[in-house]
Amino acid sequence: MNLPDIIKFVIDLIAVLLLALGIKGLSKVRSAREANITAAIAMLLSVVGLLSYYLGTSGIPAQSWAWIIVGSLVGSLLGTLLAKKVPMTSMPETVALFNGFGGMSSLLVAIGAFLFPFNEVVKAGSLEPFINDVSISVSIFVGAITFSGSIVAMAKLQGWLSTPGWTQVKARHFVNIVFGVTSLIAFIYLISGNISSIWLLVIASTLLGIGVTLPIGGADMPVVISLLNSYSGIAAAAAGFVVDSQLLIVAGAMVGAAGLILTQVMCKGMNRSLISVLFGGSLSAQTTTSSGSGEYTNITSCSVEECALTLEAANRVIVVPGYGLAVAQAQHTLREVTKKLEQNGIEVVYAIHPVAGRMPGHMNVLLAEADVPYEQLKEMDVVNPEFPATDVVLVLGANDVVNPQAKNDKTSPLYGMPVLDVQEARTVFVIKRGMSAGYSGIKNDLFDLPNTSMVFGDAKKVLSELIGELKDLGVGDK
Amino acid sequence: MNFDSLLWVLLLGSLLGLELIGKVPPTLHTPLMSGANAISGITMLAALTAIIKAEPNSPLLIIGSISLGFALFNVVGGFFVTDRMLAMFSRKPTKKNK
Repeated sequence: MNLPDIIKFVIDLIAVLLLALGIKGLSKVRSAREANITAAIAMLLSVVGLLSYYLGTSGIPAQSWAWIIVGSLVGSLLGTLLAKKVPMTSMPETVALFNGFGGMSSLLVAIGAFLFPFNEVVKAGSLEPFINDVSISVSIFVGAITFSGSIVAMAKLQGWLSTPGWTQVKARHFVNIVFGVTSLIAFIYLISGNISSIWLLVIASTLLGIGVTLPIGGADMPVVISLLNSYSGIAAAAAGFVVDSQLLIVAGAMVGAAGLILTQVMCKGMNRSLISVLFGGSLSAQTTTSSGSGEYTNITSCSVEECALTLEAANRVIVVPGYGLAVAQAQHTLREVTKKLEQNGIEVVYAIHPVAGRMPGHMNVLLAEADVPYEQLKEMDVVNPEFPATDVVLVLGANDVVNPQAKNDKTSPLYGMPVLDVQEARTVFVIKRGMSAGYSGIKNDLFDLPNTSMVFGDAKKVLSELIGELKDLGVGDK
Repeated sequence: MNFDSLLWVLLLGSLLGLELIGKVPPTLHTPLMSGANAISGITMLAALTAIIKAEPNSPLLIIGSISLGFALFNVVGGFFVTDRMLAMFSRKPTKKNK
């Protein structure tokens, strides 16, 4: 080993260590922010290591420098711009877009490596050319799926794409199988030396990514993004085999594995199996006909004023925020309401279902943005025993996650899903636009219970009216 | 590097990844996904290698450069967006009762 080798080796080791510490730190609230910076530094180090190695050995041609600088400047600037400007509510689609671009990067570099081989791997009679081709093919396949799948996911979350009815027909499985088999054939051709089949592989795997993602409903999209995130790690690891970089392989493998775990956790929270998310189609499209089981018989609706009066008399209030709150962007208005209540000595807690919002943890981000102290956010297992001792529960834009059917009705498709036991509280207010069902398309038994009152209206509008009512009652005026 | 030792690296890296994020509070799922996503942009190393090893005037320079751009979009944007999310958590609850 000469000096450049040793330097690169040491830098790579440090970078891997920092990356691992970074991912670990990201899983704890206290260390998360530093961990993110640690990971960023590790990435920077890895680039420094690579550049210093080539500077010390073969040298880097001036032309290469020019392309490196152009590529990194444009990419970094656009990425930074998007990251700084995007609103917190569109976080899921932003992550999807970033992820898609990562996949695109792996795809492009693999195509480049195949069409214009730059690695001196060819040792006659050895396995290396074969392994090189396999790695490139895997990188293209996974990279293309990651890219097209992520872009479709982003477009659906943005509302640019809906779930067309024809994507729900069973024939789509056949079409996807055709795409899959075509990819496989192109894959085999490619590693047996047929260069032109690379384009077939690119096209077939891109179509496969679209074909699999398009039928999946918006509610399941976070799971898909998490899975695609895992894929982009796998694509990176495959690219690591192409350029013979252990660092790339380790980092890619870590992200791939981490993404899988996260995907599993999300599925559990939604009571869905990964298989049914991927191949089951859109849940709401399926169940609207089959289980609109029964009409509501005992709906009590009430005015904002009544709601304010009950809140004023309460000692303890639990807020259950959901997707509807995120959509209405009402988190700041909600915070104003709870501030008033707190100033009146009322204890306020937020019950966060694991899949509240548009992505696990998304609700926490939105509430934190609105200045809600972290200690007031309570997870489901912690808060569930507290409902019986609670005076008022405010359900804001949540539906399926507060449906008692999941506990009581064995025939319900929701049965077994972990839910918040809001019906145990003395009074429940559900703020909702109308009587439409949640994602599952299933009737919510909670609305029929005698201690539940519906306050109809847009979450943001109702909350700002509530602020006015509370003011009239003199709540929070100090 | 031998192929089999690279496979060991892959295997151990995967196991490490499984262990690292075994227990995560749901609060951190979105930031963690976003942070892990930024790290997956490590393909920028492959793009860099391609650019450095490309012959002068080769189309590989352009492909590599575009690939590098996509990767850095992912990495830089990903870390900034993650930081934005996490900054909200670490903010201290200062505004209590004004």
